[in-house]
Amino acid sequence: MRFSRTSKALGMVAIAALALTGCGASGSATGSGSTGGDTSKVIFADGSEPQRPLMPADTNEVGGGKVIDMIFAGLVSYDPSGKPVNELAESIEGKDGQHFTIKVKKDQKFTNGEAITAKSFVDSWNFGAAAKNAQLSGGFFESIKGYDEASAEGSTVETMSGLKVVDDQTFTVELKQPESDWPLRLGYTAFVPVPSGALKDPKGFGEKPVGNGPYKLADGGWQHNVQIQLVPNPDYSGPRKAKNAGVTFKIYQNDDSAYQALLSNDLDILQTIPTSALKNFKSDLGERTINKPYAGNQTIAIPEYLPEWSGEAGKLRRQAISMAINREEITKVIFNGARQPAKDFTAPVLDGYSDSIAGADNLKFDAAKAKEAWTKADAIQKWDANTTFTIAYNADKGGHKAWVEAVVNQLKNTLGIKVEGKPYATFKEARNDATAKTLTGSIRAGWQADYPSLYNFLGPIYKTGAGSNDANYANPTFDKAISDGLNAATVGEGNKAMNKAQEILLTDLPAIPLWYQVAQGGWSDKVTNVDYGWDGVPLYYNVTGK
Amino acid sequence: MSTYILKRFLQLIPVFLGATLLVYFLVFSLPGDPIVALFGDKPVNEAVAAKLRAQYHLDQPFWMQYLLYLKSIFTFDLGQDFSGRPIAAVLGEVFPVTARLAIMALIFEAVFGIVFGLIAGLRKGKFFDATVLVASLIVIGIPIFVLGFLLQFTIGVQLGWAKPTVSSAATVQDLILPAIVLGLGSFAYVLRLTRTSVIENMNADYVRTATAKGLSRFQVVRVHILRNSLIPVITFLGADLGALMGGAIVTEGIFNVPGVGNRLYRAVLSGEGPTVVSIVTVLVLIYCLSNLLVDLLYGWLDPRIRYDS
Repeated sequence: MRFSRTSKALGMVAIAALALTGCGASGSATGSGSTGGDTSKVIFADGSEPQRPLMPADTNEVGGGKVIDMIFAGLVSYDPSGKPVNELAESIEGKDGQHFTIKVKKDQKFTNGEAITAKSFVDSWNFGAAAKNAQLSGGFFESIKGYDEASAEGSTVETMSGLKVVDDQTFTVELKQPESDWPLRLGYTAFVPVPSGALKDPKGFGEKPVGNGPYKLADGGWQHNVQIQLVPNPDYSGPRKAKNAGVTFKIYQNDDSAYQALLSNDLDILQTIPTSALKNFKSDLGERTINKPYAGNQTIAIPEYLPEWSGEAGKLRRQAISMAINREEITKVIFNGARQPAKDFTAPVLDGYSDSIAGADNLKFDAAKAKEAWTKADAIQKWDANTTFTIAYNADKGGHKAWVEAVVNQLKNTLGIKVEGKPYATFKEARNDATAKTLTGSIRAGWQADYPSLYNFLGPIYKTGAGSNDANYANPTFDKAISDGLNAATVGEGNKAMNKAQEILLTDLPAIPLWYQVAQGGWSDKVTNVDYGWDGVPLYYNVTGK
Repeated sequence: MSTYILKRFLQLIPVFLGATLLVYFLVFSLPGDPIVALFGDKPVNEAVAAKLRAQYHLDQPFWMQYLLYLKSIFTFDLGQDFSGRPIAAVLGEVFPVTARLAIMALIFEAVFGIVFGLIAGLRKGKFFDATVLVASLIVIGIPIFVLGFLLQFTIGVQLGWAKPTVSSAATVQDLILPAIVLGLGSFAYVLRLTRTSVIENMNADYVRTATAKGLSRFQVVRVHILRNSLIPVITFLGADLGALMGGAIVTEGIFNVPGVGNRLYRAVLSGEGPTVVSIVTVLVLIYCLSNLLVDLLYGWLDPRIRYDS
């Protein structure tokens, strides 16, 4: 009896989540006595409970990532447009894109007083990469020489040979091969230094992290499942200086309750407006909203290991699918403008983005051309009329059902084939089939940039054998084009080469780009100066009271 | 009496083993690898995944995992959740909050349900009776999350009488609205149960005798009608305490109460077996104990019921 009751309740939550929420992160405020005193206001924002201890190299999800980003500073940080700005780095030099000399600013300290030196960086990175420490984001160090040895299963090697401390302020990095955009990545949270105590007792440290960023964790500031309280770090001197008296992330189980809290001024900033409120949030909040594209997109990956989607016929079919989707209509009707139709595989906020790469026409709705491509494919390899093309998605969060159903209907109407949405109960189940390469149809895939670079949207997803290559795409010409881009002497030339590589993708369409993500958030009338960064996260340090 | 209680406690052992085994098996059978999910959309680093699997015993077969879990219970170390925190500490955080919520809901439904039910029963067929009957039918008919959102929006956001979501401390005051939402469904049942029971007892011989003896109306109602009418109601309330604690998931979600339901839901989604089993086991034990308490209360309400064998 107990069990049936519980499972019924769970089912109801699932229904409620599906119908009413977008699920995910959120947070709110306990009513605080704020009297509009600009920089003295504590900002209450939404957050979610971090999945892992707050160790920078072990955190790869938004709940923990937001906090890590605010309590740690790395060599560089990104400005609101995504340009890297030196934070702890005095200089990062490298001529060949493979060997870098990094100078760290003098007299920098963690909040416990420990000095930040070149050794702090080298030790932290080695710790993150070594297999024995089992850090989830260890893969971010993969370009560094010696990573493979340190990260191999059961390896006892604890250092990467490519990192060398020269003196207190200087260290050198040798990569496995030239990667011109490597310095761009250094603003990602996995690359921040941690104090030596963290390496000895990562678990204890993860509970009470000591950082060097614009904020620090308040004493007993992490009340699990309830809130995470950050206060300004007076010693921080970088570009992200706090302009308020602290930020408290209140942990919300769903965006809907966070939205209600925002409406009653109980919460100051809500990062993402829930799907259920998309229709009326502008009338609810007036001017206190934002609608800003960020570095993320949504695609449908179609695995090439499925026989009907391989070879020339598969390629034509993918083009047909792509041209049969009316992106404009879905972004308008389903998302109320909270998405923008995709014109490439990356995102418009990135340096080097172009909306007119050759082949971008394949992403335009054209029913006639779609049908033509499908017929051509049929001439090569007949499509069995009884086959159902499925689009898999996870139903536990993200509110994907609505748009998947819309795409399903468009495909049915345009191509006249059987199409179905295939919900997975949980994200973990969907990822399991994707990583095990046992998908039976296509799967929705979202990508959110870790660092502002075109490569981040291409290499990790479409390179042969890449870790997130759900489509199992393998094309030596594309691989070559990508490595040309990485070898380029300047970022500008690199970007051009990346877009050349995208031309290949736009023809092959291993995944079908659908739309770019747009951050839609809102804030209470107690705060002002709210803006979002290139990654769709509010710039909390800039927010002040009214 | 003490033999009876001892017997009942001994019965908890098989219930405990059965419940943990069953729940552990259910979590184990959930599709998907929880460690793979930890990586999100990112590439899975096999070395790291293997290490984490070993840490959480996920590389072991089912029986081994279950036995290891049992061992951890008997050594009073429930292990750790995915964020590296002792599960015992997690239980210590979430249970007091949900217990507070459930007990408040129970008090609400008991007090209002019995009072309204009694009045309705005594005035059978009158206006008050008809009104509460219809109202209770509506409450039973509307799903709890609709009621929750409705009250949250009207009372919390529009009228501003209560906060739409609870504060970090989840104080008694914060929990009033969630407790009412949680208890509303059962309130309607308690009301109807009491009403029916009261109507039945009003026609009983002993009530007629009591009235004939010249007892005051108040005494007849209190001693002879109400007390006898409470037996089925107490049964329901006892069983409901456990149900309220487990069933608080939806209410906790709406009002963002940092309690059991929230943590359990997250643990199920992420496939954290030991966390799920620990929470559910405590819920099962609470359910069993509250039923025991109900059985003991029978004896107090009706002296004819005795447990000494």
